[in-house]
Amino acid sequence: MSVVAMAHGHADPHHLHAAEHEGPAPKRIVTGFGFWIFLLSDIVMFSCFFATYGVLVGETNGGPSGAQLFDLKNVAIETALLLLSSFTCGMASIAADMRNNLWFQISMAVTALFGAGFLALEAIEFIDLVERGAGPSRSAFLSAFFSLVGCHGLHVSAGILWLLTMMAQVFAKGFRADIQRRILCFALFWHALDIIWVAVFSVVYLLGSAV
Amino acid sequence: MSEQVHGTHNHHLDVAPGEEEHRSLGSRVLGYLLGLGLAILLTATSFFIAGTDLVWQPSIPVAIVVLAIAQMGVHIVFFLHITTGPDNTNNVLALAFGLLIVFLVVGGSIWIMDHLNHNMIPMDQLMQMQR
Repeated sequence: MSVVAMAHGHADPHHLHAAEHEGPAPKRIVTGFGFWIFLLSDIVMFSCFFATYGVLVGETNGGPSGAQLFDLKNVAIETALLLLSSFTCGMASIAADMRNNLWFQISMAVTALFGAGFLALEAIEFIDLVERGAGPSRSAFLSAFFSLVGCHGLHVSAGILWLLTMMAQVFAKGFRADIQRRILCFALFWHALDIIWVAVFSVVYLLGSAV
Repeated sequence: MSEQVHGTHNHHLDVAPGEEEHRSLGSRVLGYLLGLGLAILLTATSFFIAGTDLVWQPSIPVAIVVLAIAQMGVHIVFFLHITTGPDNTNNVLALAFGLLIVFLVVGGSIWIMDHLNHNMIPMDQLMQMQR
């Protein structure tokens, strides 16, 4: 038997079978990985919106094109707000790992304010577009634009609700292991939203104004 | 009996996405600051390039796309902490599969629909034929 065991050890230089004896991974890793899979599926869903936008970007039906509509200064401020909120969200993750209640609540509150500022600017932009007769029903281009950017805005709104829930849960229950896992997932979600926004401002706003 | 060694060695084989290895407070804050600085630099460059006359105009869209991909990379490394380390294999594989689907969907749609547009009879001619 020992000869078989030795042979097995040599035939398996990458320790592929070692996992059989380890048991399941810790719950934090399983939860984080599962949420990572969800985020990737969310990114795949966004890619469908991007594909639709890319196909329909020229179909303005005689209406205004992106270059005539977009205000890049407004977009720059939105981008700065979301980027800074990603940074403060990272500070909140560190505070959660350190179990520092005060810094966690401060960082999360600042993150929420940046996120709310982003949403307010986006809402003002949408209302302005509709008032200028460039609402989602004007052309296929504008339908695709409002779907893509609006979908990202809905994600940010949901993220802010989740953020406030996490602040309340930490306030009421402290840094329990299950709360820590939810904070990990929230941080992943918030950073992923910022990555999608990078694609939005580059593809929709900058390319739309440059071409 | 050397098998026992491998068992203990493999105990911390994986890291959850978003999780950093055990590092000091200062170096973690520094990591986020570095990511923020790089992201601001790349964002500022793309906004500058979009509105400038200083560079050859047809190169602008390519530059914007390249800068966007670079910035996504910065976010993934410094904010999401997805690395190429051996403890991150599962996370990177999932990411790679996700990116494959994204490129198939976006690239495939734009490629096919562009060809359809070229090959279709113009709409006014089609209307003439139906009369």
